[in-house]
Amino acid sequence: MSSQYDLQIQNEIEDPTIRPKLIMGDSTTYASLDDDVVGIVEGFVEKTPMAWYLMIATSLSILTMLGGIVAYLIVTGVGIWGNQSPVFWGWPIVNFVFWVGIAHAGTLISAILFLLKQDWRTSINRFAEAMTIFAVCCAGLFPGIHVGRMWVVYWLFPIPNQMEMWPNFRSPLLWDVFAVSTYATISLLFWYMGLIPDLATIRDRATTKLRQGIYAIFSMGWTGSSRHWHRYEKAYLILAGLATPLVLSVHTVVSFDFAVSQLPGWHTTIFPPYFVAGAIFSGFAMVNTLIIPIRSIFKLQHVVTLRHLEVMNKVILATGSMVGYAYAMEFFIAWYSGNPYERFVFENRAFGNYWWAYWTMVSCNVIFPQLFWFKGIRRSVPAMLVVCIFVNVGMWFERFVITVTSLSRDFLPGSWNYFKPTAFDYLTFLGSFGLFFTLFLLFVRFLPMIAISEVKGILYKQNSGH
Amino acid sequence: MDNNQNDLPHLGLLAEYETPEALMAAAEKVRDGGYKRWDTHTPFPVHGIDEAMGIKNTILPWIVLGAGAAGTVTALVLQYWTNAVAYPFLISGKPLFSWVPAFPVTFELTVLFAGVTTLFAMLGLNRLPRLHNPLFNVKRFARATQDRFFLAIDSQDPLFNDSSAKALLAGTGASAVEEVPDDNSATTPPMWMLQAFVAFAFLTFIPIGIIVGSWKSTSDKPAWHFVWDMDFQESYRTGEQVPLFENGMAMRAPVEGTIATGELFASSSYFRGVLDDETLDKAQADRSASEYVEFAPIAATRPTLERGQERFAIYCAPCHGDSGYGDGIVAERATSLIATGGANGWVPPTNVTTPVIASQPDGQLFDSITNGIRNMPGYGKQISVDDRWAIVLYLRALQRGANATIDDVPQSERGGL
Repeated sequence: MSSQYDLQIQNEIEDPTIRPKLIMGDSTTYASLDDDVVGIVEGFVEKTPMAWYLMIATSLSILTMLGGIVAYLIVTGVGIWGNQSPVFWGWPIVNFVFWVGIAHAGTLISAILFLLKQDWRTSINRFAEAMTIFAVCCAGLFPGIHVGRMWVVYWLFPIPNQMEMWPNFRSPLLWDVFAVSTYATISLLFWYMGLIPDLATIRDRATTKLRQGIYAIFSMGWTGSSRHWHRYEKAYLILAGLATPLVLSVHTVVSFDFAVSQLPGWHTTIFPPYFVAGAIFSGFAMVNTLIIPIRSIFKLQHVVTLRHLEVMNKVILATGSMVGYAYAMEFFIAWYSGNPYERFVFENRAFGNYWWAYWTMVSCNVIFPQLFWFKGIRRSVPAMLVVCIFVNVGMWFERFVITVTSLSRDFLPGSWNYFKPTAFDYLTFLGSFGLFFTLFLLFVRFLPMIAISEVKGILYKQNSGH
Repeated sequence: MDNNQNDLPHLGLLAEYETPEALMAAAEKVRDGGYKRWDTHTPFPVHGIDEAMGIKNTILPWIVLGAGAAGTVTALVLQYWTNAVAYPFLISGKPLFSWVPAFPVTFELTVLFAGVTTLFAMLGLNRLPRLHNPLFNVKRFARATQDRFFLAIDSQDPLFNDSSAKALLAGTGASAVEEVPDDNSATTPPMWMLQAFVAFAFLTFIPIGIIVGSWKSTSDKPAWHFVWDMDFQESYRTGEQVPLFENGMAMRAPVEGTIATGELFASSSYFRGVLDDETLDKAQADRSASEYVEFAPIAATRPTLERGQERFAIYCAPCHGDSGYGDGIVAERATSLIATGGANGWVPPTNVTTPVIASQPDGQLFDSITNGIRNMPGYGKQISVDDRWAIVLYLRALQRGANATIDDVPQSERGGL
């Protein structure tokens, strides 16, 4: 017990001359790590906690409901939502930007932190990358069903067709198609490539023919050959190098959907950096929100330690402050530009019809994350869970404020209107969580949620004193 | 490791080590022994093993560079060809192609091509997927992806000699040295698998053939209507015959007394400049006046005249000139064109200050403005009723000015002339 206590101290030490241990527990070896991580995949009957069954049952029913709503939407039309003139974007686009934003954490952790040689990323990168892919799935759903006539959604892609028409490559909405689909593809490849050695571990530990066969196919005959590792590591480095500008480009392009238009409140150059900071902010908050319960349900506290969570909280604090700066700067520029439409839009955001959304956003995104300046809050699991959930809520409201307040008060007072969501808006948004959590729960159950081979490398480093 | 060719009972030797350090030391010895066909297997990448084994740098980055460049070119050609050549998008007279808006898609496709190539080139260079590997027949080799470190020498290596290789590995501190058994399994897939593959490949041609066949052939039947959108509706269309009404028309007549927008001429004199029928009768009885209204039905106040002057400058002056002499900028241009042989058939605008025009009643001037006269088009749709009357009043002022005598100038102002 006392040695555990010492490690706890060592793990969260702030002295820069001492390298803290990232993986805790004196007894953690390569084999015990396999037992802890792969054991979750192997022990379907004996080791799956009751909580998992309850959660998957809930998410599956919500996902079924989403399927029903989407079917109803296709046969009926987008009129089932509250999208009305002049707010034609409404919740579907708010939800799209919300999910795409969340999807930024995974690739940031796996690519940028890899290039910066941040070893602490290894405990959470697999988890964050999976979250990224599932969030992109949810994000891709919304523009797809929002176009109204889903059967012509292929018009978005440059496919030769009987009309001999081609998409307009100068439309930011088309850039979005390319950015989001490239991001989804690269994230999936990056995630899968990281999984190959770990799937081989599951294959080699398998006790049943079925499990061995399935994981053998997906691990492609990986033997851990050093000649293979050599090319694998080079490929990983290249993918990280490619994904780094990619992750920054995706939310930049999403912000172009707004910034390239002429609408007051959207037509600003601060949007790309502001959106990227917000995306990282929301993504990290979502990673923490998910990993806090998961690490205790599956008993992985010695791999995903309090130190990891604390570092994540510091990133949330930093990006939250950037977002706060962007909010302030938007107001300053609205005043400084002298443009009466800009000024009106920003006054209207804070004090108009949607004041409640604006101040929810500000308190959740700017005020609450500032609590992370206090060490006690940054290291308290319940406190950080509350703050991270607030950040998730706040970031949804940010997209709502940007999309709806600007659209509902455009240039012509004659077309002004107050946006009212319908029950289907709420249920579709809830349904996207069903999709997200179903995929996520299947992931934690059937795939190694910790990058085992990478953590083994960290274990080796820390035990051999490198 | 390929199938046995040198009459050994095994395909090679496999040595197991407890730590990466032991493996690294062993690898250096095997490398220095001059072996070529050998490998080490570790659960995580061991840094420094590349030098210990003498692994050369991979060409992977160059393949990725080529793929990225292909992505850039594909994106630029795609955007240029689709938007400037195949289906030119002319938006607000902007150029059909420019670099700045082409940037996002070019960037994304570069990353996409490079990223996809990275994974697949890595797998290809590693000869993966390879689901069948003789090493998997060694039971202890399962720990290569868990917690043990292995070194394997292929018996196909030109230097391979069973006893000396075993001695070399035994001297490296290996915790175990084992022979990799020859599994003697068939190297070609079974016949039924090949047959099934051929049958499947044949079947895939059937749908493709049907598509190509229907695409190339013609038909007199209407196209299949997969999605109806709003093409078939239950409502009747204009001009359609319906049994619902007596006259059999889907179109309903407007309610009696309906007035179309802009056609409410509540007062003939005000809206048309023409006397009402009853007034006309009375007027004819009294004096020999025309059917036109004699005087404008609005008051000739200063603001009205200024309004008339402004509207005149906008709508009339371009042809009739600022003073109404028929010397507007359009007329001047036509005159200069005539001098060089152009503007054939040009009818010069009327001088509206002549006594002929000046003697017309206000209603007639109003009517000319509203409906046009000879070459002049009607301005009733562009200029509101009040403004047309204001222009008429301003015209009167112009006529008065054009035909003025010294008596019209006040005594006090005459000195200034």
